[in-house]
Amino acid sequence: MTAVLDTDSSATGAAAADRRVLVLGIGNILWADEGFGVRVVEEFHHRYILPDNVTLLDGGTQGLYLVNFVQEADDLIVFDAIDYGVAPGTLKLVRDDEVPKFTGVKKMSLHQTGFQEVLSAADLLGQYPKRLVLIGCQAQDLEDWGGPLTEPVRAQIGPAIEAACAVLTEWGVPVTPRTTPLADSEALLGNDIDLARYERRETANASGG
Amino acid sequence: MTNVTTPNGFSLDNSGRRVVVDPVTRIEGHLRVEVNVDSDNVIRNAVSTGTMWRGIETILRGRDPRDAWAFTERICGVCTGTHALTSVRAVENALGIMIPDNANSIRNIMQLTLQVHDHIVHFYHLHALDWVDIVSALKADPKATSLLAQSVSDWPLSSPGYFKDLQTRLTKFVESGQLGPFKNGYWGHAAYKLPPEANLMAVAHYLEALDFQKEIVKIHTIYGGKNPHPNWLVGGVPCAINVDGTGAVGAINMERLNLVSSIIDRAIEFTEKVYLPDVAAIGSFYKDWLHGGGLSGKSVMSYGDIPENANDYSAKNLNLPRGVIINGNLAEVLPIDLGDPEQVQEFVTHSWYKYPDETKGLHPWDGVTEPNYQLGPNAKGTKTNIQAVDEAAKYSWIKSPRWRGHAVEVGPLARYIVGYAQNKPEFKEPTDKLLKTLGLPLTALFSTLGRTAARALECQWAGHQLRHFQDKLVARIKNGDSSTANVEKWKPESWPANAKGVGFTEAPRGALAHWIKIKDTKIDNYQCVVPTTWNGSPRDPKGNIGAFEASLMNTPMADPEKPLEILRTLHSFDPCLACSTHVMSEDGQEKSRVTVR
Repeated sequence: MTAVLDTDSSATGAAAADRRVLVLGIGNILWADEGFGVRVVEEFHHRYILPDNVTLLDGGTQGLYLVNFVQEADDLIVFDAIDYGVAPGTLKLVRDDEVPKFTGVKKMSLHQTGFQEVLSAADLLGQYPKRLVLIGCQAQDLEDWGGPLTEPVRAQIGPAIEAACAVLTEWGVPVTPRTTPLADSEALLGNDIDLARYERRETANASGG
Repeated sequence: MTNVTTPNGFSLDNSGRRVVVDPVTRIEGHLRVEVNVDSDNVIRNAVSTGTMWRGIETILRGRDPRDAWAFTERICGVCTGTHALTSVRAVENALGIMIPDNANSIRNIMQLTLQVHDHIVHFYHLHALDWVDIVSALKADPKATSLLAQSVSDWPLSSPGYFKDLQTRLTKFVESGQLGPFKNGYWGHAAYKLPPEANLMAVAHYLEALDFQKEIVKIHTIYGGKNPHPNWLVGGVPCAINVDGTGAVGAINMERLNLVSSIIDRAIEFTEKVYLPDVAAIGSFYKDWLHGGGLSGKSVMSYGDIPENANDYSAKNLNLPRGVIINGNLAEVLPIDLGDPEQVQEFVTHSWYKYPDETKGLHPWDGVTEPNYQLGPNAKGTKTNIQAVDEAAKYSWIKSPRWRGHAVEVGPLARYIVGYAQNKPEFKEPTDKLLKTLGLPLTALFSTLGRTAARALECQWAGHQLRHFQDKLVARIKNGDSSTANVEKWKPESWPANAKGVGFTEAPRGALAHWIKIKDTKIDNYQCVVPTTWNGSPRDPKGNIGAFEASLMNTPMADPEKPLEILRTLHSFDPCLACSTHVMSEDGQEKSRVTVR
């Protein structure tokens, strides 16, 4: 286990490398804006290189099965679509104790296990992240089966990544822009479900496999 | 309708009070149930309404068949791998692709891992609290709990100190007001029968299972390259085998094979020393609650799965049994042909879809999914706020699949009944043994408790099958066979202009099949019929009720305002739709809604 650190102060660079950080995107890519969280981590991976102590994870709709990833994290950033009846594309960043109640609105598919329940399960197991940030985007359409991200939500992928970078920097985690583009085989989502090909915004390559 | 008898033998009476249990979530995956209770609060009519995706064909049409698995893996959070496996089998069936024996073993290991993982998580985290009262556990005597635990198993975590610590932790958690996963329980409900000590033991195992399940899925990471969302491949499996390799990225070497082996041992141990004893212990307190049988004593179906040898999907080569039983006739197990247009058909008479002729069903190769949302004349409320559906009209987003016109139950209990009827000792003997331990007759199997027990027995069976296929794989590798994929027909140029195929598996929650049509190397039609569609289906044109509705019939409720009995029975199917009473209000707090009219 990682040594217990003072959770109130920003960790120094050296200590930060010992902490395990999870950057998690959740949601269902088949339901339009529901896929926001997954699309953000996908794009994050395209833009930046993260140190070994940081895990970037496409959590999909795995619900309770994500509890072990959460348990192992000292610090956690979650991207998710939210629904608070505000203007579509509104980005919201909430921290620590505020997170569970903000993730409660939307249920993921795993037997309706919401992320709120994933967090309390981790808590019950006695391993709750010390620092927790939710970066949520107000969805416009969660019911368009097979549909693309709506424009206002799509426009927030970049700002959401930048918000996360600011948090990581604050935590002393170095975030390095990629100088050479990520190879297709290294992408988080492949087999035609990456954002561009899923939305058929470009002609898919001859070999999709 | 006031009083009718369905062709499949249930008397429905909708004249009594209507009780609505509705999670009211907007997004996919919710289940709503309406029942009518008589003056004694016994359920006399049951109506289940579900939401589902609206046809994967709309997303897959025009895409590369070799990528279909990646899309179907995203349909559902719990069936990911089994959808992917079903998909690659459908494409291989269409194109006549044979897979190597090692790929067959690895796929079986992936699928069996999913069974073990899903069954354990289902029992402890999604179903146990329908039988176990958390609040009562706070009153248990840790010493007596220790004696109880040691009397049912030699599992080492059973000292009085262990249970005392756990109770202290649990008390703190409950007192903090953060009930978390224990929110919305009907604690103190009359239908809870366990003494406080059994409740405390079960809560301890709830936490142990939550911690242990992460070990099991490591097998998916090893053979699937990553988890969640492991990789699959048409023609085999995507992992390379290199036994002499040390640290080659992604390749399977001896170290990894040994890790899988040790995880399998621990999964078997956990199932035999914790899960099965818990089910038997809990079951012993509920022997007089044998409701919920529904269709299980009448008509059940299993496609079968886990091919012993590669590329042979006939009943004799499948280690999970294949066949259909109709009208309780255990003497005859009928054969299934998923390509026969007369066998599996989907009806939409009571579903929110449109067919040219709704008196007829469509075979999935010719399936269509065209929404048609309308409420019947006797529905109450509005389209955006339904108070009560009209079951005489369309009332669900789930279609009604039928096998030769029969409504059937699918899932672990169906598999065990088919295996039992075929006199297969690996299914019959453990079933008889458990029934004997509990002092119950065979008919007791046809119940909610039977469904829950069959899942536990199957988890044990799956553990030993994992061992079998892992040993088989290692033996072949040691003999120098490291082949995992057949790429002969990988290139679309080698495919015919038109092809169609079907792939099937037994998902943890029941029979699953995908039907694909390929035209000019692209997907032309793609239909999935999932287990919860079979179990959760609405009525068909003849009026037969499906497994969920049948299972609720004649169940007495202690208090219709607190429908614990309904949740207990529906949860026993492990539905991939949620059927909790959890509801989210706008401030993010959960609340439950049960309406009695």
